[in-house]
Amino acid sequence: MTTTRALPKLDEHNRNFWTGGAVGELRILRCRDCAKYIHPPRPICRNCLSENVSPEVVAGTGTVETFTLNYQKWQPQMEVPFVIARVMLDGVPGVFLTTNIVGCEPDEVDVGDRVRVTFEQQEDVYLPLFERID
Amino acid sequence: MRANEAFVTGIGQSEIGRKLERHPLLLTADAVKEALHEAGLNISQIDGVSTYPGRTPAMLGFSPVGTDELIDALGMKVKWYAGGSEISSQLGAVTAAAAAVRTGQARHVICYRTVYEAAALARPEEYPVQRRDRVDGYSQWLAPFNALSAANWTAQYAMAHVKKYGLTREQMAQIALTGRANAMLNPRALVREPLTMEEYLSARMISSPLCLYDCDRYNDASTVLIVSAAEALGEVTCTPVRIAAMAGAVDRHSWDQAQWMACYPTGADLWTKTDYTPADVDTVQLYDGFSFQAIAWLEALGFCARGEGGQFIEGGQRIALDGELPLNTFGGQLGAGRLHGFGFAHEAVVQLRGKGGARQVPGNPKLAIATSGGGPLATALLLARD
Repeated sequence: MTTTRALPKLDEHNRNFWTGGAVGELRILRCRDCAKYIHPPRPICRNCLSENVSPEVVAGTGTVETFTLNYQKWQPQMEVPFVIARVMLDGVPGVFLTTNIVGCEPDEVDVGDRVRVTFEQQEDVYLPLFERID
Repeated sequence: MRANEAFVTGIGQSEIGRKLERHPLLLTADAVKEALHEAGLNISQIDGVSTYPGRTPAMLGFSPVGTDELIDALGMKVKWYAGGSEISSQLGAVTAAAAAVRTGQARHVICYRTVYEAAALARPEEYPVQRRDRVDGYSQWLAPFNALSAANWTAQYAMAHVKKYGLTREQMAQIALTGRANAMLNPRALVREPLTMEEYLSARMISSPLCLYDCDRYNDASTVLIVSAAEALGEVTCTPVRIAAMAGAVDRHSWDQAQWMACYPTGADLWTKTDYTPADVDTVQLYDGFSFQAIAWLEALGFCARGEGGQFIEGGQRIALDGELPLNTFGGQLGAGRLHGFGFAHEAVVQLRGKGGARQVPGNPKLAIATSGGGPLATALLLARD
């Protein structure tokens, strides 16, 4: 099943994030001076203001920090319910990804669940969705 | 009176309805006229205008009337004006106006918020929504995952509270039930029907844990507050309400990178600007576009500890009209209507002037809080009748 989704407009700063899935990589921008991660991706480090920033391939695993089951059909063709979650990424302190948890029944998802990234391609975008790790 | 401070003088409000035919500029004029009448001012004495978020052409129902149009339409000559969304939140338009009168840039500033979302939805030919092929800005981090509504974003904060602190649906319901009970005493309120706990608990989910009655809904209305300079109060016939403190802080300007909403740093900051304490407050008017936001504001403002908001409102007695801390006495956005932040400040002034009628807080209230905003947006006003 492919869900109808609004897709991001790609630019020089977000392209690595949205296309890394083509080669199975979840990429988060990192400062090469202070080593902190930067998300959303921008050409300056929000910790030390260095412009020496570049993408880093991260583990792609994480933990469900919070979630919601969406029941409202915001658009007529929307299939509900589905899970919107905020995932805290392993090894990437301070970065959260809003995403969907897929591959399980929506009511199985809970805070603290361990999850792994899986990419869904739509046009030139690879959306990082997550599946529960059993 | 205290020199160099800002005061709310006249307040006004249009009809609150759904799918109104009356033009949004005229709804705004209705609210302006009521505010002028109350203050004993005429339009020629107004020399400033402030709004949130200004005209939004891509989604005109959200904010159909800009400052430029209002200034010209009502024949105003102004020395200071501002309107925009990049401010702490809806009531940021009031804090900006307060700064303007405190620095001598204006004497009387009309602050307004006009919403026309129900009418716009009903008349899409007149009020088309611009569709984009691709999303950018902060939307790109939410919309591709069909986290399309502030209900989804707020629900995630609410769920975190449920899981970490044990917030229950029965506790959250007290915001909706209290709002609806108070709305029945407000002749202008949008929803003037009671809501029972049974109805609340059996309502359909929108985005868990938020059900239908946890979410405000589109309506059409305009609300006005006139902010006046201390030295201009001699021109005003109504009892002035002093803006004793104001705050609008954010730690991380993002709907998903911040672990908790901006109300927390904002609430803490408010008390650094005054000698008053939470114990001095007689009534609170707290943003409830979603019920959970009002609970978060109670915690953020220090009425209870973080995580204890649910227990604080357990049973609803404490926040009822005759309780120790009456909350959203006009009905809040869940009862009175989606006045988008401005309704809270309007009602704080009503209560401090003793003009609440059937919904008047007993005991001659002198200090009130009004807030607006959720997620990374937050503004808090401490309002005093001296």
